[in-house]
Parts: sequence; structure tokens; C-alpha cells
Amino acid sequence: MADLILAPNLENTDDFYAELLAAHEGLSEAAMHALNARLVLILANHIGDQGVLRQALEAARAAAR
Amino acid sequence: MVAVRYQTAFRLYPYAKVPDQEATAPRRHPVVIVGGGPIGMGLALDLGKRGIACLVLDDHDGVGKGSRAICFAKRTLEICDRLGCADPMVEKGVVWNLGRVYRDEKEIYSFNLLPEEGHKRPAFINLQQPYFEQFIVEEIRRQQAAGAPIEIRGQNCVTAMVQMGDHVRLDVDTPDGPYQIEADYLVACDGANSPVRAMMGLDFEGRVFEDNFLIADIRMEADFPVERRFWFDPPFNRGETALLHKQPDDVWRLDFQLGWNIDRKAELDPDRIRGRVAAMIGADIPFELVWTSIYTFRCCTMKDYRHGRVFFAGDSAHQVSPFGARGANGGMQDIDNLGWKLAAVITGQAPDALLDTYHAERKHGAMENIKNSSRSADFLTPRNPAHALFRDAVLDLVEHFPFARPMVNSGRLSVPCTYDAGPLNGPDALPEGPARSRPGSPCSDAPCGDSFLLDHLRGDFTVLTINTGCPAALTIAGKEIPVIAVSTEDDPSGPLAARYLGTCPAAVYLIRPDQHVVARWDRLDLAEIESALHRALGKA
Ligand SMILES: Cc1cc2nc3c(=O)[nH]c(=O)nc-3n(C[C@H](O)[C@H](O)[C@H](O)COP(=O)(O)OP(=O)(O)OC[C@H]3O[C@@H](n4cnc5c(N)ncnc54)[C@H](O)[C@@H]3O)c2cc1C
Repeated sequence: MADLILAPNLENTDDFYAELLAAHEGLSEAAMHALNARLVLILANHIGDQGVLRQALEAARAAAR
Repeated sequence: MVAVRYQTAFRLYPYAKVPDQEATAPRRHPVVIVGGGPIGMGLALDLGKRGIACLVLDDHDGVGKGSRAICFAKRTLEICDRLGCADPMVEKGVVWNLGRVYRDEKEIYSFNLLPEEGHKRPAFINLQQPYFEQFIVEEIRRQQAAGAPIEIRGQNCVTAMVQMGDHVRLDVDTPDGPYQIEADYLVACDGANSPVRAMMGLDFEGRVFEDNFLIADIRMEADFPVERRFWFDPPFNRGETALLHKQPDDVWRLDFQLGWNIDRKAELDPDRIRGRVAAMIGADIPFELVWTSIYTFRCCTMKDYRHGRVFFAGDSAHQVSPFGARGANGGMQDIDNLGWKLAAVITGQAPDALLDTYHAERKHGAMENIKNSSRSADFLTPRNPAHALFRDAVLDLVEHFPFARPMVNSGRLSVPCTYDAGPLNGPDALPEGPARSRPGSPCSDAPCGDSFLLDHLRGDFTVLTINTGCPAALTIAGKEIPVIAVSTEDDPSGPLAARYLGTCPAAVYLIRPDQHVVARWDRLDLAEIESALHRALGKA
């Protein structure tokens, strides 16, 4: 089974982060949630590996405060 | 006195007094079936055709009126083919393959149920449940005329039962007063509120879904296409879902999601329903209301489907949401599984342990149905903000990207389950054999000469050989086993080979009476078949 990558993996982290914020620009809170939900589904389909996705779900839950 | 709990569509088995009612001591019957719904009648037909005497007790004298099941799946039709009653169903039924899904007024995608060729029966037919039951009873009448030991007693209501060790004793009420009978085996097919289950104090646990659905069956002559149409958030039912589906006799099933907090009485007002219907189909189309009701649903199951000499089948054992049409379709697989096992034990060919496998296999099937129908319900009836958030995200995406199509869940339509790791399965000794025909799976149909493969699997253990010489029958452990020897030339179009050989040059399958695969090999080995048969009869 493939492992979820949890070490830095983006070529330019700051660029991605800025684009992520820009995508939310001008949206209402509900529209932001909706955007993120669509984004999750698009990325999940791209990853396509249920084992990796499960690890990602666990990691996301574990990091909650 | 026997209470009338519902109106009947067809009076098929009017009450008649029988000698059992006058007997000084209770008469014993090999199998008593409580409840003459589709599942009880289906079991009676299966047992009767096997020569096993059975008695059906139903507290009404015919088939209940009104809207219940309309979608019957291919596997159900294949089971009914084996029982001899599928032809009138398919003749009367409406065949459909295309489903369209809308959001608001816009079509967001469509699906074809059976893009696969080479099956005798269609993926689904729509047929009112009363007809389905009627056609089973008519075949029972034909079998009775030919000597099958089936008896049906209408207006015979089971009011009490007690397990006595080697039999079950029943109290039965009739218009002429009560009497008692005994049964070697009792099968409770008495529906979701099973009185037998209650008499035994048994559990029925699961989830209730907080939603109401209004069914309106209407008659209209409209040239709407024969498709299943499903709406999310349509203008005529804002924030909810709706379904439109064709039935025979120019009847259409309309289903409106209503939500949880409703005024039931107001919603059932015929004028209000007419208003809803007109908003959906168009104000200019004349129609007549045939039947209306409001239903809520739950997904529940009993813990055990066998309790000594008592078995539960159909809705008495498990209940699912209607999304996916898994109720009657799942129940028919129960009796497909139970019929041959009861017959084998009653005739001494198999030990009692075989009957335990009914629970093991069908509970597995029911849990699969409950899982699928609960998931559909979660999609259709979001129970918290996250459910709604992702449901809407899927619907947003599906208009643009094909990857989201499989995420839309407006009901995963019933498919038969595979008894993976089932207690009766033998070896899978066909390396590289197609996964769909692995041990435990229901045989896929395929063209075979001028008929279809499943037409040849008539309810006995059968050996299927493909591209390997074999005698017409095999004698194994003193028992004659029919053989179907076919070759790839019997189906030049290809499905037979694709479904049973894959890349293998030849194959041998041992198939159960309910058309599930026991085991498979790359060559004929009688000792191997004998040991698999031994195991499939619960002797291992
Ligand atoms: C709205 C709706 C839509 C549905 N759509 C579908 C669908 O499209 N496809 C599908 O496969 N399923 C569907 N179902 C489910 C399907 O209707 C049931 O699964 C099916 O009727 C179960 O059959 P049964 O024989 O187990 O029970 P039932 O049909 O309930 O029959 C039980 C019988 O037992 C009798 N009985 C009860 N108590 C006693 C007693 N004490 N003594 C003697 N007799 C007794 C009753 O009179 C009745 O005849 C739908 C259900 C609903 C409500």
C-alpha cells in the first residue's frame, strides 16, 4: 500500500498557498465551504487510492485542535 | 374471526374449511409457510416443484392492493424462470434501461443499466407487486394440477406458536374459529411487522430514516419516455427529490420526498396530491389517481434468520429502504437459497447443519442490501450539514466532470450478492478465471446454442463443462448429477467464454441448485467434484 506523503512535497509552497487563498476571494462563507468540498472530491478522484485517502482522512482528523 | 388489515387487489385463495380444522389431534405438516406475500408464495412454489409438501397460511384471501414494489431485477426474473413464472411477468412488465437524473430543471446525467449483451432477461422490469404475486400463484395452481404438494389456506391467521423440540405447534384462527396444526419446519414470511417474530420475542434492529415519501400511482396516457427520471431539488418539489417511473396499464409511479415534519393528513388530501402531480407532469395532462400513500422507512435486520425449526425470510428477516429496489428482490434470493436446502435436509440428502448456512449466506446478502440502501438514503436525505455539503458538491461537479457521476447515488439498484468465503464454497482451481464467476457468485447468464445458459440450470446440483469432453451425467457418491457440456462454439458472440473462461482454454464448474458457483477447475476430476459436493451439502 502506498503511504500518504506527509513531508513537504510542493515545489513552491508559497505560490500554491497564495493560489488557494485567491480561489476563495470574494466568496461567502457558504460558498467557501462548497468550494472546499468540491476541491476535496476532485483531489480524491485524482489520488484514486483508497488507502492513501484513508490515511489523509485520519491525518486531517488527528490534527484538529 | 380474522381481521381484514388491507384491501385485496385479486382474491386468489378464498377461505375454505379443511379437515385439519375438525381433526381431534393437530395434523403434522413437513413445512408450514406463514404469509403468502411474494416471498412465501415463491418458497411454496420452489418446495412444491421439488416434491416437498408445504402449506401456506395467509390471513387474507388474496394479494394486497396498493403501491409497493414495482422494480423487479434480472436476478429475480432468473429465479422466477427457474420456478416457471417469469414469462408472464416479462410480458406484462415494462422494460426499462435508461435512467436520467435532473437537478432543478436541468439533466445532469443519464445511465444505462445493462450495457452488457447476452442475457435472456432485462436488467429490470417494472410491474405492480400484485401482478408479480398473482403470476407466482397462477404457476402454483398449474403445479398443483400437475400434482405438486402445495396447499394454500386463505383467511388463516397464525395467532400463536411454540417450538416443541422436533416440531412447531401453531394456533390458527379462521372464519370458522381456531384450530391447531404442527410443522416440522416453519418459515415466517409474514412481512416487516412479522407476528411470528413478535410471538418469539425476537429483535429487529437498525436505523429509522427521518423522512417521509408520498407515493402517487396515477393513470395517464402520456407519451413520456419509458425511463426512470429522478430529480434533485426540482421546481415542483423545492429542496426535496422526486421520481417518475412507468408501470404497466398506463400507470405511472410518482414519488415525492416530503421531509420529516409534515402534516400527514393534509398531505394525503387528494386535492393537494392532484396539485402536486399537475405541477410535476404539466397542468394540461389529464390523469386519475390510482393509489396514494405516505411511507417512512427504516433499515433493520434480525440477528439470526434461523431459530431451531423456525426460519425467517423476506421482510420479516430484514427491511431496507425502497431506494435500490432491494426488498422483494432480496427476499426472492432468500427463498432461492432456502428452498433447496430445506428439500435436501427433509429428503435426508444433507444434514441439519446445511440449514445453518441459510442464515450465514442470507444475512451476508441482507447486510449488503442494508449497506447500499442506507448509503443511498444518506445521499438523498442528508442528515447533517456535511452530508448536504458533499451531496451538493457532487451535484455541482457532475454537470462538468464525468468522475463525479458514480458518486451520485439515487439508489444503487439491486444486484445479487456473491457468497465470498461462504461456508459451502469449494476450491477456485481455475487460475486466471473470470472474477465474476468465482465460487460463491451467482452464475451470469450467457447465450448458449439457441437458448441461454441459465435455462439449463434447472434447480439441481449441476456440472458445467466448457471445452472439455464429459459424459451426459455423472454418478457421484451414488447420486446422478446432470452435466451441461458446452463449448465456445455454442456462443460465437463471446459472452459465454468471457464470463466463464477468461483466458483459460477450458473449465469445469460445479453449480448449486440456486445457480451459485460452488467450485471451479481447469479440468474434470471426479474426486474433486465429489469432495466439493460433499462440502456444498453441509457435510464437511
Ligand atoms: C413504497 C414501497 C416501494 C417498494 N418498492 C420495491 C421495489 O421496487 N422492488 C422491491 O424489490 N421491493 C420493493 N419494496 C419492498 C417489497 O414490497 C417488500 O420487500 C415485499 O413485499 C416483501 O415481501 P414479503 O413476502 O416478505 O412480505 P409481505 O409482502 O409483507 O407479505 C407478508 C404476508 O404475510 C401475511 N401475514 C401477516 N401476518 C400474518 C399472520 N399472523 N398469519 C398469516 N399471514 C400473515 C400478510 O397478510 C402478507 O400477505 C417496496 C416497498 C414499499 C413500501
